[in-house]
Order: sequence, then structure tokens, then C-alpha cells
Amino acid sequence: MPAESAVASPSRAGGGLGLTLLVSEITVLFRRLRTWAMIGALALIPILIAVVVRVSSDGSASGRGPAFLNSITQNGLFVSLTALTVAIPLFLPLTIGVVAGDTIAGEANLGTLRYLLVAPAGRVRLLLVKYAGAALFCFVATLTVVVTGAIIGALLFPVGPVTLLSGDTVGIPGYFVRLLLLALYVTVSLMGLSAIGLFISTLTTIPVGAMAATAALAAVAQILGALPQLEWLHPWLFTNYWLGFADLLREPIVWNSFADNALLQLGYIAVFGTLAYGRFSTKDILS
Amino acid sequence: MSVGDYAIETHGLTKAFGRQKAVDDVDLAVPRGTVFGFLGPNGSGKTTTIRMLLGLAAASSGEIRLLDGGMPKHARTVLPRVGALVEGPAIYPFLSGRANLQRFDAADRHTSPATRNARVDAALERVGLSHAATKRAHAYSLGMKQRLGIANALLAPRDLLILDEPTNGLDPQGTREVRHLIKSLSDDGTTIFVSSHLLAEVEQMCSMIAVMSAGRLVAQGTLDELRSGGTARVRVTTPDFADAHRVLSGLGLTPELHGRDDVITAELSVQGLLPESVNAALVRADVRVRGFEASGASLEDRFVALTGEGFDVAG
Repeated sequence: MPAESAVASPSRAGGGLGLTLLVSEITVLFRRLRTWAMIGALALIPILIAVVVRVSSDGSASGRGPAFLNSITQNGLFVSLTALTVAIPLFLPLTIGVVAGDTIAGEANLGTLRYLLVAPAGRVRLLLVKYAGAALFCFVATLTVVVTGAIIGALLFPVGPVTLLSGDTVGIPGYFVRLLLLALYVTVSLMGLSAIGLFISTLTTIPVGAMAATAALAAVAQILGALPQLEWLHPWLFTNYWLGFADLLREPIVWNSFADNALLQLGYIAVFGTLAYGRFSTKDILS
Repeated sequence: MSVGDYAIETHGLTKAFGRQKAVDDVDLAVPRGTVFGFLGPNGSGKTTTIRMLLGLAAASSGEIRLLDGGMPKHARTVLPRVGALVEGPAIYPFLSGRANLQRFDAADRHTSPATRNARVDAALERVGLSHAATKRAHAYSLGMKQRLGIANALLAPRDLLILDEPTNGLDPQGTREVRHLIKSLSDDGTTIFVSSHLLAEVEQMCSMIAVMSAGRLVAQGTLDELRSGGTARVRVTTPDFADAHRVLSGLGLTPELHGRDDVITAELSVQGLLPESVNAALVRADVRVRGFEASGASLEDRFVALTGEGFDVAG
């Protein structure tokens, strides 16, 4: 048949890895107004903190408020740290909940999921690409807080060498390396939550439900983590090391919490990645 | 026909949702190169069948062969050769029409990124959407979305197109364009499987059809084969009404009256009785015939006989 010969046309010789789908995923994610609205909201956190501190900086340090807040007036570089501390418990998990919860359920809701699968994207490949997109968003979101904090801090306050928690002093370039490490740490911290969101997203065709469930789980985990009666459970909570980045602010850097955190998050990725695969690879796409 | 002559072949294809069988023991055989109509009322299991063909839903039992491979096992090699429109188009409303197609094209790892833009533009051109290519898709009308959905099926050279209700939402002009498009694609050798609940549409485009009703395949074959399953009718206009009635009854037919004293019709229910013989008999009996009309079985009668009448959604 004439149609047969068209099959082996050279245009079908494309790469096996299919990085184009990843590029497409990232493009689509960052072409959404919603994504930029969330990034904008995250950028507002350090701006808000810096402006409020600047406006009322005549008052003496009260010792209350989020960690590092009182250091800001002496050194603007602390705005990033303060903002991260504020964003980690609520704002970051909220935005990650939106992105991770939307991964599969959002496509299912639009109906585009069936066309991606018929293309064929491959179910496993699509899951991996979706997860990679969510992970990238975690990094961009964290970096947004850090970078905006650094900029607004430099604009409103004096900037200079920073005294670390260990008492040593590092110059500004050294401090920025620490901040980048910090952003990486927080990104890694959010990988477990992203995997949970991905799994929840395979369960429903209503993205808002998956988003809310993911964000709610982050809240529940933090509440459980605050109850001393559940001490035995704490090492297993994906939120356990969320605020444990202090070790990165010592000289020399203590990598223990980074490693423990990475291991814990890997466990969550393995468990919920497997669950997502189990669910999605056999799911009837009826939307 | 031997194995391999069919673009779509199913055996005992069944899909059960709980106790209800949405698709029940369907044996489809779609020869390569045909424009094949998949006909049935709403809710008769057409779309569920298509979802199983494309590997979107798993069959409860039965086998599927698409082109040269079993589904869903060989989806990776088979699906790139299949273009599909399933249960209407789906779009990213925040992307332009062109960006939508680029997205779907990127999902197929077999397509070449180097030719992507050219192929996307060619597909848009083919469905007449070039002028709206850069417009955000949420501003598209229903008909434009439908065109975008068809363009998505045409992004690469395909051996098989599965089009679920392709003319849905299109105006008469758009419907005509889709018919021409299907014909030209078919002329290129593509097998086209078109589902529809509109008999007239299928009758105009397709050489073969299959009819679904309540999840079961109730008929399958060429249009002529399906027509011959029905019976022809005669319609006589005559001032000699009573005589005509007597002659038709004498031939073993059951004359039907229509509330007029000059028209009488009858189904040619006697085996071997031809319309011309009926006319000869009337003339022999001195019945003055003003008009005589013989009609073949209409496909519509046949369709209604197969699927039942009325608006009730099967289920």
C-alpha cells in the first residue's frame, strides 16, 4: 500500500530521549499567567519584609519575629534568609501544591491529556517530564525569594561581610554561594512534596482538588511535626528538615542535614513516584 | 482478506464499567484504504471503543490490532502513524493555536523538531486556520477549536486517521470542507475511520460503515450491503384507488393508505417481486396510473431498524 512507505520517512527519526517534551513542558508552564502570578507573590515576601523593617527601623531590636529579622538592619543580606524562613512553611508549599497538583489533573481537566498520550507521549515519560517541570518550578520559586531578597536588601540596607552562625565571617561572594546552596537545600526539601502532589494529581481530573490536597498535606505534616508527643514520627515527615538549613551557614559547612534531608526526600520520591506510576500507567483516560 | 489487510481489527472487544457493558463483544474490521463510517446514536459506545483503540482505556476483554501492532502493547510504534480526534478537540486556552499544535507535536518523540514549525503551519493551512494561528485559543469559536483538533491529527503523515465526530460544531461550509479534506486524505491512501451519529454525513463520505447500538455492533459492511438488508417500496398515484388496492393485495402485498384517495404505497415484501411487475399488473387490471415510484430501501430506515427510534440515549 502507498501509505506504508510513508511510515519510514526521515522525519520520524527523532531522538529517543524526547527532551523536546521537557522543553515544551517548561515552556507551557512558564507561559501561564498563573505561574508568573505565583512567582510575583513569592517575590513580594522579601520586599514586604524589607520595606516594613526599613520603615520602622528606628525601634530597637525586640527579639521577636522570624529568625534573622533583627539582623536585617545591620546587614541587608539577611533579607533573603528571613524571607526564606517565612516562605518555607506556607507560601512555598502552597505554590508547589498548585504546580504539582496540576501536573496530570490539569491536563486531564483540559482534555489535553488524551492528545498527549495519543501523540504518543508515553505514560512513564509524561510522568517524568511533569515531575521534572514541578522540580524546576521549586528551584525557580526558591531562587525568586533569595534573589529578590538580596536585591531589595542591598537597596534598603547597608551590605557587608556576613557573620555566620559559627562566628566566622564570610565576604559577600562567599555569602552568595551560601545563599545558592540554601536555595538548593530548600528545592530538595520540596521534592518530596512535589512527588506527593504528582501522585495526588493522577487520582483526579479536578486540578483544584489535587492542589488543595497537596498544600493541606504540607500543613498537616508541619502540625504533626510540632507535636512533641509524636517525636517518633518526626524523622519520617517530609517537612522534618524544612527549616534545618542552619548548618549551611557554618564554617566549615556541615553537610549532615543536607544529606539527611536529601535521603528523606529521595524516599518520598521513590514511594510516591511508584504510586503515581502504578496509578497512572494503568489508568483509563476518560476525560 | 488476510491478516494485515485491515487498518483496525478487533475481536470480542468489551468494556465494562461495573456491571454495565459500554462496549460488548465488538468485532470491527476496517479494511485499509477505506473511509469507514462508525455510526451509532449518542451513548452507543462509539467513543469508548475509540478510546480503547487508541490505548486511552484498557479493554475488559478482547483484542485490538491497529495497523501492524496489537494495542495497547505496541502503542509506541503504532500511535505515531495514527492521527486522532477523540471526543472533541482539547486546547490549552492560554496558548495560541500554533503553540497548541507545537505542544502536541513535541509529545511525539518520533517527530522531528527541525520540521515542526513547517508541519504545524501546513496543518493549520489545511484546516483553514492560518489567519488565526497566533490568536490565543480561548478566543476560538467552537468551529475553530474543532478545526484545530483536526489539524492536530494531521501534524505528521498518517496511515490511519480516527476522527470522532469531526464535523461537530462546524457550519455547513465547514462541514463541506471537512468532507473534502477527508476525501483528499483518502485519495492519498490514508485509512479514515469516522464516527458520527449523523447518518447523512456518513452516507456522503464513507464507502463502508459499522453500526453500533447499546454497546453492540449490529451491522458492518459496504453501504450497498447495508441497504440491501432493507426492503424496497412502491408508491402509486391513481384515481382508481379501490382497483389499485385490490391488485396490490392480490400480489400478496399489504397496501398502506395515507389519508388521501389517490395515493397508495406498499412494501415489496414478497420475495422476487420487482417494482416493474407491480406496474404491469396494475396496467393489466386497467388501473389508470398517474404516478409510479419505486424506491430502494433507505439507509435511514435501516439505521432506525437497527438502532431503534427516538431520542432516548441508549444505556
